[in-house]
Amino acid sequence: MAETDIILSVQGLTTEFSGDRGDVRVLDDVSFDVGRGRIVGVVGESGSGKSMTALSLMGLVPQPQGRVSARSITLDGQEISRLGPSAMRRIRGRDIAMVFQEPMTSLNPVRRVWEQVGEPLAIHHGLGRRAIRARVLEMFELVGIPEPKTRLDAYPHQLSGGLRQRAMIAMGLICEPKLLIADEPTTALDVTTQSQILRLMRDLRDRVGTSIILITHDLGIIAEMCDEVNVMYAGQLVEQGEVFALFDQPAHPYTRGLLASIPRATEPRAGRRMPSIPGMVPNLAKLPPGCRFNPRCGEVMPVCLRRDPGLTAAGTGSGPGHTARCWLHSPNGGTA
Amino acid sequence: MTSPSAPLPADAIEALEEASFLRDTVRAFRKNRMAMVGLAFVLLLVLGAVFAPWISPHDPYRVALDEQLLPASTTYWLGTDNFGRDVLTRILYGARISLVVGIVPSLISLMIGTMMGILSGYLGGRTDFVVMRLADMMIAFPSLLLAMVVMYTLGANLLNIFIALALVGWASVARVVRSQTLALREKEFIEAARANGTARITVMLRHIFPNVVPTLIVLFTLAIPEAIMWESSLSFLGVGVQPPEASWGLLVAKGKEYMFQAPAVAIAPGVAILLTVLAFNFIGDGLRDALDPSMKD
Repeated sequence: MAETDIILSVQGLTTEFSGDRGDVRVLDDVSFDVGRGRIVGVVGESGSGKSMTALSLMGLVPQPQGRVSARSITLDGQEISRLGPSAMRRIRGRDIAMVFQEPMTSLNPVRRVWEQVGEPLAIHHGLGRRAIRARVLEMFELVGIPEPKTRLDAYPHQLSGGLRQRAMIAMGLICEPKLLIADEPTTALDVTTQSQILRLMRDLRDRVGTSIILITHDLGIIAEMCDEVNVMYAGQLVEQGEVFALFDQPAHPYTRGLLASIPRATEPRAGRRMPSIPGMVPNLAKLPPGCRFNPRCGEVMPVCLRRDPGLTAAGTGSGPGHTARCWLHSPNGGTA
Repeated sequence: MTSPSAPLPADAIEALEEASFLRDTVRAFRKNRMAMVGLAFVLLLVLGAVFAPWISPHDPYRVALDEQLLPASTTYWLGTDNFGRDVLTRILYGARISLVVGIVPSLISLMIGTMMGILSGYLGGRTDFVVMRLADMMIAFPSLLLAMVVMYTLGANLLNIFIALALVGWASVARVVRSQTLALREKEFIEAARANGTARITVMLRHIFPNVVPTLIVLFTLAIPEAIMWESSLSFLGVGVQPPEASWGLLVAKGKEYMFQAPAVAIAPGVAILLTVLAFNFIGDGLRDALDPSMKD
């Protein structure tokens, strides 16, 4: 991929929280790229660091407990990892926008929808009320809100969950950001609405060309939507790759576990337990030595208990961009 | 749908005309009968207070020792007090002070308390610590003593009553608003606002404040009677309104000595306080419902 085709490049993103019981590293050396007009998925269990990745990129990690550092984060060629709070604020909503998980609570209940959807325009472009209203109307049409004119003055509680999420997407896209981060945008919606919202996002990517980071725990959504996938576990990336390579040949036992635990309607159910990954995501303050997945891994080797394998190419047959953090694929194998 | 353009055929110009929040609120308020009754009562009271010199049947300060503690009659509708002054006239004049004392300091302490509470809750950290310790001090200190000290050092007049009451009142408002702000701060719409690049001051004004307003209205309707009571306590102790001026609290305080000979002297201003407080409560209820968008349909 050519350098100019990368809209966001994250190198060594690390986020730590200091608490009563010492420091906890919730993100550890996360690096990935987002290509222009691409949809990049971030997948993992609860507590794996997906949402924290989004908040760290946006500069929204709670202060002063949280500390974010990175070797470099470039957005469309501009280094943003060392920007101060006010410079970061000018980027939020204009260059990077975010859509949240809960459409029911991500709109202020006492303010009219159009005022909220248009707020980024007021903040970043200082537009007047009529201009904003006209633009919000356009955006409502773009995101497929029926009867957009009558919905402008609605309050959030007068809209259904699906409409609210459309409004949130309209708000995210209203300043035509370079990057949209969608944090579990469909988790709170019912299944038919889910697919409408996903189709809308893919549609908008095709028409407007926005690059999207899609955070989800649902591999089905990843398969349907994404070009590339980042699998996270306990604050680290454990596998990265093109979506087809990763689904065809999952390299990390964790990814395989995730794929195996998708229920399939076609398989006989009688007498069989639904497959799942045993154990739980480890407490980030008490990580096991070596590979963080070793207590739950079915293929654990002695070396896994001693050293972290690091991200390496995920074996033969896969594309060049396919990497995994596992000794099974490390060039010097389990002998190190 | 509240939009007035809703049933009209689609027309771009029409849609750009935004619905008026004020108009919607007024309409919702007018539908609430109790609130309208309360508003009418308060308006009547305000008119009575303003035009007291013209409409009151007697001179509020004229002493007539041969007409002490008379029962209600056609001349003296509510009887006379221990100096032979007409009780109804005294109540009308008392309304001038009691209404102002009820409303103005409540507004001041509400404004200070809201500002402090939102700043404290939203910014947290050192701001929170300083503001809340200040509020703790205010609450820990006996408030009557504090108000008396203020009145004593600054002198007994109306402006100083405002200062004393605001000083006593803001701390509890700040605490309530702070706790609400703490809850609101974690809401996703605040995070969404921040993700839009909204500045902190804008988040506080545009997103936190409107959500606190219903609470403020309730606090306000509770603060008015409290302020009237405080004024009467101060007046009773001799550092508030000075006789022969009349305030409702003072009237009740002085009148209770003649409870058995002429109960109306104490009870009538007491009833005035009760009705006023009730009226403000109805208005507050109506306002709170009218301001809540989810109740407007």
